[in-house]
Amino acid sequence: MTRTRRRRLMLVGCLLLGLSAAAALMLTAFKQDMLYFHEPSAIAAGTVPINTRFRIGGLVKMGSVSRPGDGMTVHFAIADCDASVPVTYSGTLPDLFRQGQGVIAYGKLDAQGTFVADRILAKHDSNYMSSDTARALKAKTSVSCMPSRLQASR
Amino acid sequence: MADSVQEFLAMGGYARYVWSAYGIAAVVLVFNVLRPLVAHRRLKRRIRNGEFVDD
Amino acid sequence: MATSAFKRWFHRFGSLPYFYGVSRSWARWLAVPGLVLAGYAVFAGLVLVPADYQQGDVFRILYIHVPSAWLSLFGYTAMAVAGVITLVWRLKLAEIFIVAAAPIGASFTFLALVTGAIWGKPTWGTFWVWDARLTSELILLFLYLGVIALHQAIESPRTAARACALLSIVGVVNVPIIHYSVVWWTTLHQGATVKLTGGSHMESDMLWPLLAGALGFTLIFGWLTLWGMRVQLLWRERRSRWVMRMVQDG
Repeated sequence: MTRTRRRRLMLVGCLLLGLSAAAALMLTAFKQDMLYFHEPSAIAAGTVPINTRFRIGGLVKMGSVSRPGDGMTVHFAIADCDASVPVTYSGTLPDLFRQGQGVIAYGKLDAQGTFVADRILAKHDSNYMSSDTARALKAKTSVSCMPSRLQASR
Repeated sequence: MADSVQEFLAMGGYARYVWSAYGIAAVVLVFNVLRPLVAHRRLKRRIRNGEFVDD
Repeated sequence: MATSAFKRWFHRFGSLPYFYGVSRSWARWLAVPGLVLAGYAVFAGLVLVPADYQQGDVFRILYIHVPSAWLSLFGYTAMAVAGVITLVWRLKLAEIFIVAAAPIGASFTFLALVTGAIWGKPTWGTFWVWDARLTSELILLFLYLGVIALHQAIESPRTAARACALLSIVGVVNVPIIHYSVVWWTTLHQGATVKLTGGSHMESDMLWPLLAGALGFTLIFGWLTLWGMRVQLLWRERRSRWVMRMVQDG
């Protein structure tokens, strides 16, 4: 390799290194803002600014779904392994909404600590299988309480 | 037979999502195949016609 | 000995008339297996593979969404590598590769975004959210469009190529961000299903057609990029004697 080429390669390498460092610094600085939702245990731990609208994400707690009154309003709890937050919502739910399913709710906490949601999105996990396989698996495993982000990196 | 074709096209009620996704993909792919072939042919003709020999 | 043989090969490969002549048959060797594999993947995805236990038939969009998303990352990474070669070794073929790959990479990025939106509507309940995965993929599309625009804006082909090379290298920082966005932050988009290390979260009847599709579309990407390179090469060399002679003959 000639001298000029080596010098150019060093320059390009420095450019990439500097860029990566800058990107890493920026992403760390904006870490909180880059989160699309907060998990129930983070809310319980008090690390989430809860006096404004925010998004909460987790699994629909098993056995928590109820539709009192006209059936338009649904009550359920969003949970991870350590904490759960009661949610109330009225409106249409996505196809994938069901117990044990990952969901994201957008809204505000009221004075009683209930999360009043005005928008619900379903979050699906990274597993794909046929109904037959799912039925066979179901006999052996139960629904995990792990947040889906951790499930994915497991 | 006709029934199973119907069922296939219905995609379990998700027909418009599945078929629009595959349709858009087909259009984009065909466009990407044709674009260089047409450009190549046109450029060759222009070169043959001597459009670039003026200087 | 070995280095001199490599150098000879390198120079022959770097010779534009040689590349132009030989790339036509290379393109064919990429096109045939690429189309066969991609065709099999699409057929399997639509017909052979069972519906997903939770999402039903809408999950079949995966068989174009995932290969498109893979190629959006692969294409830009390849452009960045070619960018380094352009800036350090000034190899003309690397310059041409960047210019040819950009519109094809942009097409696949566009497909990944659009098929993802179509898939998101019935499953998530929305076409779009500004989470880290979707936003960073949209930025990737803008980077591709930036490379295309930069090439068209600068008259001198060599200056344009250098500018495009620089933008390719700068933008490649976004590629790992896209990949790890679902791990680093909470996102609506789920985590990776197919992984190199550790088990994939997909049953094998579903997985094999997906891998075939990813490979097939990658070969198609190569095929289309080679043709783009041929056109770009012919345009750059339009005043050279070998091009004149070849066009008159053929």
